Amino acid sequence: MEALTALVVGLLVAASVYLMLARNFMRFLFGLILLSNAANLVIFASGRMTKGAPALVPYGADTPAGVVGNALPQALVLTAIVIGFGLLAFTLALAFETYRRLRTMDTDKMRVAEPKDADEDMK
Amino acid sequence: MAEPSDPNAPWVTPAGMITVALTATLFLFFLQYLPVVPRDGAVQWVWDWIPSLQVRLSFWLDGLSLMFALLITGIGTLVMLYAARYLAGHPQYNRFALYLFSFMLSMLGLVLADNLIALFVFWELTTFTSYLLIGFSHTDPKSRRNALQALLLTAAGGLALLAGFILIGVTQGTFELSQLNAAGSMAEQPYYLGILILVLLGAFTKSAQVPFHFWLPNAMAAPTPVSAYLHSATMVKGGVYLLARMHPSLSGSDVWIYTLTIFGGVTAVFASFMALRQTDLKQTLAYTTLMALGTLVMFLAGSSGYAITAAMTFLLVHSLYKAGLFLVIGIVDHETGTRDANLLGGLARAMPITALAAGLSGLAMAGLPPFLGFIAKELSYAGALTMAISWFVVIMGMAAFALMFAVALIVAWKPFFGPQGDLPRKPHEGPWAMVLGPAMLSVIGLLAGLLPGVTAYYLVEPAVAAVMGAPDVGGRLKLWAGFNLPLVLSLLTFALGFVLYLVHARLRAMLAAMEARAIDMDAGWDVLLDRFMAVAKGQTRVIQTGVLRHYMFVTFAVFALTVLGTLVLRPAAAPALNFAGTGFVEWGIAALIVAGTMVVVLTSSRIAALVGLGVVGIGVALIFIAYSAPDVAITQILVELLVVVLLAVALLKMPHLDRTGKQSHRPFDAGLAVLVGGVTTWVLLRVTNTPFDRRLTDFFEASSWTEAFGRNIVNVILVDFRTLDTFGEIAVVIVAALGAFALLKGGAKRPPEDAPEPAPETAREER
Repeated sequence: MEALTALVVGLLVAASVYLMLARNFMRFLFGLILLSNAANLVIFASGRMTKGAPALVPYGADTPAGVVGNALPQALVLTAIVIGFGLLAFTLALAFETYRRLRTMDTDKMRVAEPKDADEDMK
Repeated sequence: MAEPSDPNAPWVTPAGMITVALTATLFLFFLQYLPVVPRDGAVQWVWDWIPSLQVRLSFWLDGLSLMFALLITGIGTLVMLYAARYLAGHPQYNRFALYLFSFMLSMLGLVLADNLIALFVFWELTTFTSYLLIGFSHTDPKSRRNALQALLLTAAGGLALLAGFILIGVTQGTFELSQLNAAGSMAEQPYYLGILILVLLGAFTKSAQVPFHFWLPNAMAAPTPVSAYLHSATMVKGGVYLLARMHPSLSGSDVWIYTLTIFGGVTAVFASFMALRQTDLKQTLAYTTLMALGTLVMFLAGSSGYAITAAMTFLLVHSLYKAGLFLVIGIVDHETGTRDANLLGGLARAMPITALAAGLSGLAMAGLPPFLGFIAKELSYAGALTMAISWFVVIMGMAAFALMFAVALIVAWKPFFGPQGDLPRKPHEGPWAMVLGPAMLSVIGLLAGLLPGVTAYYLVEPAVAAVMGAPDVGGRLKLWAGFNLPLVLSLLTFALGFVLYLVHARLRAMLAAMEARAIDMDAGWDVLLDRFMAVAKGQTRVIQTGVLRHYMFVTFAVFALTVLGTLVLRPAAAPALNFAGTGFVEWGIAALIVAGTMVVVLTSSRIAALVGLGVVGIGVALIFIAYSAPDVAITQILVELLVVVLLAVALLKMPHLDRTGKQSHRPFDAGLAVLVGGVTTWVLLRVTNTPFDRRLTDFFEASSWTEAFGRNIVNVILVDFRTLDTFGEIAVVIVAALGAFALLKGGAKRPPEDAPEPAPETAREER
């Protein structure tokens, strides 16, 4: 399954890069979401994938019975999912407010911080 | 142009008096070591600062440091007292006192530091504080420009110096000067040449040797007390101090001897001619300082006792008379309103004490007996005769000393005892706080010459011993050393100097004509700086386009290329695509994700994109479910739901996904996207093809129940073993929520159209 996941991750990353290079800020945001998913899958897969054996310790035993799924990457992915969500929520608020003020979603036209005539301003 | 100062303003201010008192206390503190150091040798204080990097805050007080420390604190006290009166009523006097005091402390640290890194830190501190002092009249653009020039030039030299110090530390295994000097010359060791060049770059920029000389006369933009202090007695001597300090470890090689002799000699003679050419007395003195620095560097080239004794004696003499003369010029400027050598004359009657101080200092400068200046000159000739290429040193020395004789007459004789000049203001004696400094300095200069044995025992000989690394090898300080070659050379110098004084007006015109045709280093500096700025602006324009997708493109491209480079440079067996165990369900999930992704990429409908994103999220959750990660899957589904809801709410208020503007860049974007995706796949395949190290996982599986009493290992890791991570995660979510809240809430209050930008802070100097 790792091989297939690697292929899926490659596609997700390619799609998100393509989207994040777009001029429309909403597409950038979609790319961010896909990239977040891809990153989680990378962490998950590099800890190896085990089918149908959750990392649980049965009652009455001190250690899990037999081979179970790798718990550590799962814990990391859990953290990553939540942080990814926080990032997305913030970026979404940013996009929303940007559109309300600038009335555009075209990132090429968002030049408040680095205006085109910056050189003239410096003089 | 005199700095604004109100003669009736109170000048005994807390800031001024505290700094004067503190500096005087420091002077007394060092004075108590005057009998100790010649008798018992050096004193050391040590604190560990950064032990892991061998950086120690260690101070080392030997003859050389002591002489400098006394000069710095002694002249410092007089200069600060002088400045309190000179700048009385100046609105920024307190600031000035702080700068001057900080400078004094940095300089003190510089000459006391035993650790090279500490020395470098103090070295840079003197650069910074002198920048503030030179640019003190910050309303004057010329003053700001000159301050910046001094800063950039000496800081650049400082960087070279740091590199040299690090090389020394790495090759010698220690940063302690006392240990380095005890180990003797490193001239035979590898890297010596590199170390020497770097250290010399630092010393030559700081001490304004040709071709880095031009910042020093420009630094005269500073108020006169600063010029007296920084540009005669202290900061510019930092380079000379460094050369003297490192003399035992660095000297002796041919490179050392020839570089120092030639650069020092050329600087000395060039500066003497330039001094003669000036009419502004302050500029004249500035160039004679250059001359003195050149002479000092030239004599430090030698290793004989006479050469070093000459350098140390001359250093002492020069600090005394130069600080005194600068202060005198300040008084003259303050009282008459001009510093023009052609206007000034006959001031002796109006200001007798100042005239006396000027006369005594001038005689010391001219090198007449019985002043210490005379002894220094005798020793210089004696030292010159012992040095390599002695004919060069003698000629350069004589030219410089003769010119100095003439300049001394111009600066110290003509304004006071020459014919009555045409003055802008009626002159009168300066206030005592200002006259005290030059008077004391000139008297000390006289006494030091009358009592050469005392001067030698307490100051010069310990300093020479420190530079030579061995006691009692220096030349003797005598007023009458017998009828010998140095005496003949001295007499010749006087004659030459007097002739030069008589013809100086004509010579000045000639020099001015020559200067007009010579290469102007100062203007060259401006051109260099302009070019530098142009290059910086040009490359900023190229790199910082201000367009988000350009930044993203560069970021992704760098990522792809570095990862690709690593993959290629560390070859391994090509990973096999192993689909064993990948059943119908897995292919189905993969197909779901692929389909969702394609929809997101290709659609221009907001709703379709939203559905695509949801499908991808659910697909990923399905993978988690199938592969033993139920907790992750639950979280993923919940978060995915929230994302879709949030996006749906936001998208209602936002425009369609129309493509705007030119799309010609999209094929390149697609190419890069495929590259980044491919690289990621390749990395993941190679990672999963390596043998897996289960040690961490085994630990968590073994201790989850036995130590943390939890049966769900993932949960135990989150809330027990990696609690801090979880805590951080919560913090991130809170910060994101607060940020989003502030954005949305803050925006609601403001008008939707662009609020006018707040006006930039008006330039301060316009006040």
